[in-house]
Amino acid sequence: MATSIAERPLVELRGVSKRYGDLLANDRIDLALHRGEIHALLGENGAGKSTLVKILYGVVEPTAGDIVWEGRHVTIASPVEARRLGIGMVFQHFSLFDQMTVAENVAVGLSGADSLKDVRARLVEISRGYGLGLEPDRAVWTLSAGERQRIEIVRCLLQDPKLIILDEPTSVLTPQEAEALFETLERLASEGRAILYISHRLEEVRRLCRSATILRAGRVVATVDPRARSAREIAALMVGSDVGEVKPHGPSGGGGEAALSLRHLTLPPAEPHQWGLKDIELTVCKGEIVGIAGVAGNGQGELFAAISGEQLAPRPENVIIAGRACGRIGIDGRRRLGAAFVPEERLGHAAVPSHRLSDNAVLSHHASGDVVRGGLVRFSAARRLARAIADTFDVRTPERDPLARQLSGGNLQKFAVGREIIRRPALLVVNQPTWGVDAGAARLIRQALVDLAGEGAAVLVISQDLDELFEIADRIAVIHSGRLTEARPRAAWTREAIGLEMLAAGEEPAEAAHAA
Amino acid sequence: MTAFEAILLTIVTASTPLLIAAMGELVAERSGVLNLGVEGMMAMGAACGFAAAVTFDSTIIGIAVGVLAGTAMAGLFALAVLGLAANQVGSGLALTIFGLGLSGLIGAPFVGARRDPVSPLAIPGLTDLPGVGRLMFGQDAFVYFSLALTVAVALFLGRSRSGLTLRAIGENHASAHALGLPVLRTRLLALLFGGACAGLAGVYLSLIYTRFWSPGMTAGRGWIALALVVFAAWRPAYALIGAYLFGTATVLQLHAQAGQIGLPAQLLSAAPYVATILALVLLSLGRGRAIGAPGSLGQPFVPER
Repeated sequence: MATSIAERPLVELRGVSKRYGDLLANDRIDLALHRGEIHALLGENGAGKSTLVKILYGVVEPTAGDIVWEGRHVTIASPVEARRLGIGMVFQHFSLFDQMTVAENVAVGLSGADSLKDVRARLVEISRGYGLGLEPDRAVWTLSAGERQRIEIVRCLLQDPKLIILDEPTSVLTPQEAEALFETLERLASEGRAILYISHRLEEVRRLCRSATILRAGRVVATVDPRARSAREIAALMVGSDVGEVKPHGPSGGGGEAALSLRHLTLPPAEPHQWGLKDIELTVCKGEIVGIAGVAGNGQGELFAAISGEQLAPRPENVIIAGRACGRIGIDGRRRLGAAFVPEERLGHAAVPSHRLSDNAVLSHHASGDVVRGGLVRFSAARRLARAIADTFDVRTPERDPLARQLSGGNLQKFAVGREIIRRPALLVVNQPTWGVDAGAARLIRQALVDLAGEGAAVLVISQDLDELFEIADRIAVIHSGRLTEARPRAAWTREAIGLEMLAAGEEPAEAAHAA
Repeated sequence: MTAFEAILLTIVTASTPLLIAAMGELVAERSGVLNLGVEGMMAMGAACGFAAAVTFDSTIIGIAVGVLAGTAMAGLFALAVLGLAANQVGSGLALTIFGLGLSGLIGAPFVGARRDPVSPLAIPGLTDLPGVGRLMFGQDAFVYFSLALTVAVALFLGRSRSGLTLRAIGENHASAHALGLPVLRTRLLALLFGGACAGLAGVYLSLIYTRFWSPGMTAGRGWIALALVVFAAWRPAYALIGAYLFGTATVLQLHAQAGQIGLPAQLLSAAPYVATILALVLLSLGRGRAIGAPGSLGQPFVPER
């Protein structure tokens, strides 16, 4: 009968479990996805979302349980098999190959025998059709996080899947782009495809999804209609207790003395496809949080590097920290002036993956503080420092002093931010403080930033997450193609106005390189 | 034949084994496996190939056995680094030491034996052309094979779908696995190909280049091939240039030593290395990260299940 076919789920997980040693990553998970449904999968880091998704995509083999695909029991032994069934995946940690071009990256993820030329043509077509704007012949290592995510999305769409799994897909999009993606997803769902949507942005899930499965500690704790619940209720289900909101830091909001000033800061692009910086003007005062919004790859990385001293400015007076012109001073010199910096990449930039937390603590504290004395590292002090950071910022560690890579993203980010805040800096510059971090950790980090500003420090937050900036920033500026708008009070902005600034038509990066 | 022509001919014969071994190693490294055992695989190819050729009085059988010996050595290496996820640097060094030792044992009864020269290609008319005739159309089959191999490897890596898969696996094996690409199988095939090439390069040394066998006759050519791959930035065309440059410098410094030009012999012996490194460094200048090593090179891969 037609009705029974329509009601039969496209895919059903029954009692799926996955055990890693002592850890039960998935504990008897039941999940059913129907054609035309956009279903959210919610949970904190470590709740078992990734494991479940990997099982569904054939990367990981379940220890127990059944997968029923279109009414048939199946074993999904590999991603190739998953794709053959009609399951497509957009990864959160990009499964891209840096040295290869966009077209090659897409082709390598397709199981068919299409020639690279055909793939390239279809890529251009789909990229244009969904407004994703990808150049097929660019090498991936020259692209921003946002552009990389779009490659993943196009790669998935090229397979014409029946089930699409998206892991945190909007974290790098402007509101307009996210809205366009939602429309795309709704269109895909109306074509009869099922979509499994993993996100920590609850407002977005409530906007897009009619059903949501919430995981906690490897178990399904609830399956709800997210539109019928408030974001706060859902967050409480995810973490098992009330998350609460970030408490504002009181009325100080600006007006203090300038802690950081950028004056006519101009940098040529370091690589041919980057923006460089163009005549940046910005002041961050004591006691305020200034947010910089923008789509990934518009000069945020360059701006961060110029402020931190990883990239020196042409003249000393381009960058003024604590009243001192320090454009030609390196990162240690700027730290000694009371500044602290948290870069975007947790693993590899903020922390050395294969080093212990105590060693990683030394890395940003060696120039100031007392972990290094007479050229020798005091390991006991470093371990105490790492412990203090972990205790203060609720960094959950599998052992006492683990390797950085053993931590989950949220915990490592708490460590990276905490490591700087614990020094009580007069100026803190953070790039993407909560990118890919769960709701609990994100709230803790935002609260810590707000508290730091409340104590009188100047805080500069570079973020692609507009919700975040509206929640914590006193003033907001927008960066696009290496130019920065004036920083205006939060109340003077609407989301739409920021979105328009983010998209403001700039010249092409190649032309910018010519001009420089 | 003029002296100049003779020099050009020796340059080609000196460069060919380096090129063949380097092509094999290049493919293995592009798949993400660093095999430092090239010298050992070459030594085994030279010894086994020579022994078989003398025993059965057949150059063809000698070549086949040499290639098989190199492949078998690579299989042993694959068992360690792919099957058991052992450290690649340690396993590779062990493979070289093992290969040099075992080749001495296998080749011992054949010290002093000689093979007749293999007749080079002869195309009536073309080969007799003055100047370029011998050089272009009068080489042995290995030379043409090595050039064809270079073109084939370049096309395979740059144009074919399997080549794309292999590069992706070498670039980031975790991502490749997540996409369902066969990481270990591809690496096994790449290693075996590298072993076969090293074996062939070895057999070329003992059957064509010197036509006798002596212990340690590979004389570091395996290491040169390895270095060529790195300095060629993992690109077949640059490896070709590098191999011929090294061959040229080797032959020229021999002539310079014989010609008593007044420079210490040690300095002249070092010249090929310096020249090759310099030239390849100049080639790779100014291309930024685009010349980087394969991202997963040297890292063991254990699939997550």
